[in-house]
Amino acid sequence: MQQLVNTALSGLTLGMVYAAFALALVMIWRSTRVVNFAQAPMAMVTTFVALAVIDAGHSYWLGFGLALLSGLVLGAVVERVVIRPVEGKPEINAVILTLGLFIVLHALASVVFGNRYRSFPAPFGVRGVEVGDTTLGITGFGIFSIAAVLVVMALLVLLFRVTDLGLRMRAAAYHQEVARLLGVRVGRMLTLGWALASVVGSLAGLLIAGGSLVHPGFMDSIVVFGFVAAVLGGLDSPVGAVVGGLLLGLSLSFVSGYVGSQLVALTALAILMLVLTLRPGGLFSQPAQRRV
Amino acid sequence: MTRLRSWWSEVTLLRHLVLAAAGLLVVVAVLESAGDFRSLQLASMAYLGLAAGGLTILTGLNGQISLGHGALMAIGAYTTALLLPDRESSTPLALVVLAAVGATLAVGVAVGYAAARLHGPYLAGATLALAVAVPGVALFFKGRLGGEQGLRVVLPDIPEWVLDLAFFVTGQELTRSRYVAYVAWLTLVVTFVLLANLSRSRVGRRWRAVRDDAVAAELAGIHLGRARVSAFTVSAAAAGAAGAMMAITVRLAAPSGFTLNLSLTLLTAVVLGGLGSLTGAIIGAALLTFLPQVVTGWGTDAGLSDIRAAELAPLVYGLVMILVILLAPSGIVGTLRRLAVRRTRGGPEPAPPATDAADPAAPSSSDALTTTSKGTSP
Amino acid sequence: MLSLRDLSTSYGPVHAVRDVSFTAQEGQITAVLGANGAGKTTLLRTISGLLRSRHGTIELDGRRIDRLSPERMPALGLAQVPEGRGVITELTVDENLRLGGLARGRVRPADLQRVYELFPALADRRAAVAHVLSGGERQMLVIGRALMSRPRMLLLDEPSLGLAPRIVTQIFGLVRSLVEDEGLSVLLVEQNARSALSIAHRGIVLNLGRVVADADADVLADDDQLRHAYLGF
Repeated sequence: MQQLVNTALSGLTLGMVYAAFALALVMIWRSTRVVNFAQAPMAMVTTFVALAVIDAGHSYWLGFGLALLSGLVLGAVVERVVIRPVEGKPEINAVILTLGLFIVLHALASVVFGNRYRSFPAPFGVRGVEVGDTTLGITGFGIFSIAAVLVVMALLVLLFRVTDLGLRMRAAAYHQEVARLLGVRVGRMLTLGWALASVVGSLAGLLIAGGSLVHPGFMDSIVVFGFVAAVLGGLDSPVGAVVGGLLLGLSLSFVSGYVGSQLVALTALAILMLVLTLRPGGLFSQPAQRRV
Repeated sequence: MTRLRSWWSEVTLLRHLVLAAAGLLVVVAVLESAGDFRSLQLASMAYLGLAAGGLTILTGLNGQISLGHGALMAIGAYTTALLLPDRESSTPLALVVLAAVGATLAVGVAVGYAAARLHGPYLAGATLALAVAVPGVALFFKGRLGGEQGLRVVLPDIPEWVLDLAFFVTGQELTRSRYVAYVAWLTLVVTFVLLANLSRSRVGRRWRAVRDDAVAAELAGIHLGRARVSAFTVSAAAAGAAGAMMAITVRLAAPSGFTLNLSLTLLTAVVLGGLGSLTGAIIGAALLTFLPQVVTGWGTDAGLSDIRAAELAPLVYGLVMILVILLAPSGIVGTLRRLAVRRTRGGPEPAPPATDAADPAAPSSSDALTTTSKGTSP
Repeated sequence: MLSLRDLSTSYGPVHAVRDVSFTAQEGQITAVLGANGAGKTTLLRTISGLLRSRHGTIELDGRRIDRLSPERMPALGLAQVPEGRGVITELTVDENLRLGGLARGRVRPADLQRVYELFPALADRRAAVAHVLSGGERQMLVIGRALMSRPRMLLLDEPSLGLAPRIVTQIFGLVRSLVEDEGLSVLLVEQNARSALSIAHRGIVLNLGRVVADADADVLADDDQLRHAYLGF
């Protein structure tokens, strides 16, 4: 019973982080119709920025903040320099570019930071929280992770639902031409969208890294989980991405706890294939609605 | 001259066979002058070329992307390793290769059916998942698949008649390394002839039609899902053969050999060479085989440690890949061909060249990337 | 107010608009008529900056605007009203209207109020996603959205397309009253020449990208030969 609860709790924590990563993918997919596979190494790079700051003797929070800031800049630069030139060209061009970026960032991190595993600190305890005399499977850092993701989601909802800027960004994502006729600087909105998505991805990177080991490939499996979560939710829906992330986090946590952690990625693949076969439009779509 | 040319481009099968024979002659000439080390290097070029050739069919001709060809190679390699556990294994090598292709094909059909029939990023995502998942499978089934250490591959003895034939033709004893290189290159040539014919056939035209304009293709009665799944399946089969060749070349099937990096590297080869061109796939494979030493050398000269210098090669590939897409989306082969056309015609704006005899699988347009699916986004 | 001189635009290899010159007067409705493919929509897209002209000039109150990007148009008082498909269906009615206001910097509650008074059908569904609106309601929404930017001139693209005659009459009546009561200027691109000429002051007839007639609306409506040849009624 206790193992069940603990597995569920750690699944919840992981699920929130996957949800954040999936959300980053969905934000970019909705505005530019690109699945940004390079989101993984981008988040890895910003996590290494945090590690460099912390290793230089500064506080965790300075590293945390600078990592998010560098995520913002990196996202904007990537959109402007790499993605913008192929806008309106066949989508395969943009996909290949994100993969080229994937390789470049990986190699760059290996050259600059080295290829070995390095431990990344956590600002809160990484031992299970104790209630009475039982230890729960959720850590102080886990609670922080959930809270951080919730805060970011709330801020995004506020931005997109309440502010004028958010309205302009949505208009640019949904209908570029009409948005331009309404005076919206579509290019700027897309850059901003990438920048914000990259911040959310960087947050996920910091949360995965906390209290654990990092190396240049440490986010590679997370982009898979984020993608599967996003597809579970229908790829177009931010709410779906969050629900998909939680479901995936729970499922993978149970596979990891009861079967073997080596099969986690295979399970994610199996779930993806199942969803694509039965409900390609995501869990919330009508089964008949197939976007072939 | 013109008439000869058009005749040449019409007799597809004959042309491909002649080119294949010429290719084999080159292979024999090169391998007979190569030592053991060079032979193994050329064998790795062959298996990279095989996998890249499969990928170029998928990406260049059908407009889809696979990030899992490394994982598909792993399936071919592990099948080979399981069938060749010791020197006494009685399975002939040809059958082993067929079994490897078959196993990969099965996985290809399963993943392809789920993901390739859908338009959008699904195949890329699913194959990425495959690339991340497959090494874990080898780790989980430690007893059967050897865990981290992997499985040793024992090459069966070279058949007597092959030794005799080789001596008769070349006047040299056939070493095991050279034998492996011959097997790998023969597999490559046979596979490429098949792929080239397929891409010129009705099936290949369907793939291109789906790539260029899915809506028009569907109106013309092409089943989009079926065309996409079949392209992926054929492509996966080539990766399976490549995996088998990799297994007998490096004599090992281990998870560390089939990381996501391998899949991405293959994509680099395809993009560098030029999407949709089998010649380009071989050029890309050659770059992947021979460039790393050079680049790593620069790194160590500049004072980097060996491990870090080794990462310079992918850095260069990745950068070049980005630049190719931004500046010359048709890759090396496509760009050279366009330059050649420009020179012979003297005009600044070359029309797409007609079917090119030198490159059987080239897309009908000079610019494979910029002509792909338009008007199909949801 | 808006004058075009020798304007040519090509669409790929096709010259869709050739040497078009005319002037749309302030406070008037100028109808641009012609069959499908006559170049009407290309002309409108060139004026709003979505397409670049090959040569020729476009002037608004004597100032050249033919090299400006479409994002600049709302600030000049020029509002293009795309046909009903220009509704952003994923946003609510209210959000679509607010975007119109943002085009001019900010949303003025009074403007919103006025649009809802002009189109009571929209007021009832202000929180609904625009996806659920009917064709007529969508047309009202795009016009209302353009009005939110307080334009001096509306560029209307085929407002009658796909709508029932009753609704067309209603919308055209509203356009006419906006012009008469508030001094708005309108450039109306229409295939439905009969309805358009019934409210327009002046009419321009395009055929294969060229101007074949430019006269007062009642003159055009009385010219049987022209009507049969180019306007189909």
